[in-house]
Amino acid sequence: MNLDTGKNAIIRLFNVTKHYGGKPALHNVSLDIEPGEFVFISGPSGAGKSTLLKVLYLAETVSDGQILIDGMNLSRISPARLPFLRRRFGMVFQDFKLIPTLTVFDNVALALEVAGKNPSFIRKKVRHVLRITGMEKKAHMLPPTLSGGEQQRVAVARAVAGDPDIILADEPTGSLDQVSARRVLEILLAYHKKGGTILVASHHLQQLQTVVTGRSIVLEKGRLISATRLEPYAT
Amino acid sequence: MIRYFQKALADIRSNRFLNLITMVTISLSILMVSLCLLFFENLDRIMDGWNQEGRAMVYLVPEFSTQMRPELASAITHMDGVVQVTFVSKDQALARLKNQMAGSTRFLDTLEKNPLPHAFEIQIQTREGFESVAAVVRQIESLDLVESVEYNQKWLARMLDLFQLFRLIGYVVCALFLLIAFFITASTVRLVFHSRQSEVEIMRLVGATDRFIKMPFYVTGLIQGAVGGILGLMILFAAYLAACSGISQSMGNLFHLDVRFLSVTAMGGVWVVSTFLGWFGCYLSLRQLLK
Ligand SMILES: Nc1ncnc2c1ncn2[C@@H]1O[C@H](COP(=O)(O)OP(=O)(O)O)[C@@H](O)[C@H]1O
Ligand SMILES: [Mg+2]
Repeated sequence: MNLDTGKNAIIRLFNVTKHYGGKPALHNVSLDIEPGEFVFISGPSGAGKSTLLKVLYLAETVSDGQILIDGMNLSRISPARLPFLRRRFGMVFQDFKLIPTLTVFDNVALALEVAGKNPSFIRKKVRHVLRITGMEKKAHMLPPTLSGGEQQRVAVARAVAGDPDIILADEPTGSLDQVSARRVLEILLAYHKKGGTILVASHHLQQLQTVVTGRSIVLEKGRLISATRLEPYAT
Repeated sequence: MIRYFQKALADIRSNRFLNLITMVTISLSILMVSLCLLFFENLDRIMDGWNQEGRAMVYLVPEFSTQMRPELASAITHMDGVVQVTFVSKDQALARLKNQMAGSTRFLDTLEKNPLPHAFEIQIQTREGFESVAAVVRQIESLDLVESVEYNQKWLARMLDLFQLFRLIGYVVCALFLLIAFFITASTVRLVFHSRQSEVEIMRLVGATDRFIKMPFYVTGLIQGAVGGILGLMILFAAYLAACSGISQSMGNLFHLDVRFLSVTAMGGVWVVSTFLGWFGCYLSLRQLLK
């Protein structure tokens, strides 16, 4: 295990356990993540990868243990502060979570509107992130008319639009072909280069792991079974 | 704000049916309320026109003696709306009576004692219509030395009591209609909110505050209330025009009824109430839904 002391960790988990009723989806997970780290979370389906991401932005509350985000204890966050915590995260949801009645453009803009950004800034920013995700031409389409891969790219665009400190991506390349997957990864990498902290959960990470310096964390049945440093092999 | 407004319009468009129902309900209840108002406003005006002044005879008790006169006269004079007080002694009254009965005064002459009471003849005049005239009369009637007050428009007062009852019923009916509109609004908001549950959840996940989530609903409620109010008033106005032309054709010559449409203040008031209703329905529903 190659865990740092975690003095300046942006994400800290202490013995986090999460049950959804029956057997735990996360079991006694402790973890420190430094600002600017690129972390892969892998493991078979049902291992608790999504749950690990969900407890970080309080989509789920932990059953036991503590989580600190940038020094803030999540168990002490008031409902009124919660939206502000969430704006520090950019989330790529496994099921995209795009609003079907809003255009691609408006879906991405939403992440900035909730933060009260001004309209001209929003327009510029949304165009920019749609350009880098290659969704510029589909800006005025509704999500249900797009392919899974395209929706995923919109989801990535929305996640990076707000310049969050931390990106949490749940299977961000899950429904993409090789080329699109590579593209999404490059967006995340570009973000990483600017100093963003990134957590990617995926059950097939081989293609992703080849290009980045980061950390690989493996979950199995809710337990953290290994954490290793990754060095990119040239591709 | 403009952004919220656009959002609300888009919401209304995407939930056309529900929003239409709400607006129609609001407009119908506003129609009823403004119909009541129209009725009462006209009634008040017509009745006020009938009488703003009254003459009354204040008959005094037999124990009254003329020494008490200045005190009583000043008490009556000082009442609001009493503009003139004239003492009519029993002798003067008898003389008047004889005068009025002209030829047939012989039996009056046979009286041993003057049966008439002392009285004050008073003029009442107020700016607030005969309702306040009646109030002055009641006040005088309550004085100790006053036996009774004969008031030339007593029947009006009785009618007034009847109209008060109407008014009360009208208010209750109006309140009922507003309540129905309110419940329909509130439950529409609930339905729309549930139909957007997943959307709201997504907004929350990307960092929306409750305020941000609620705002389009509020704006929708305001729009519904405002549009419903205008619609209700417009329907009433159309009905009013139709009724007016109908009346003037059929029996305009028989008797002239001066029915006017609602005053600007009343229309403004109705509109504000209606807009508030739309908003308040939203407010209560959302307060329950977003805990
Ligand atoms: N909302 C939920 N309710 C009940 N059980 C859940 C829920 N979400 C996840 N689980 C269970 O928790 C475990 C971990 O799930 P998840 O975190 O989604 O795993 P992964 O993302 O690695 O596939 C699984 O056994 C899953 O069935
Ligand atoms: Mg998952």
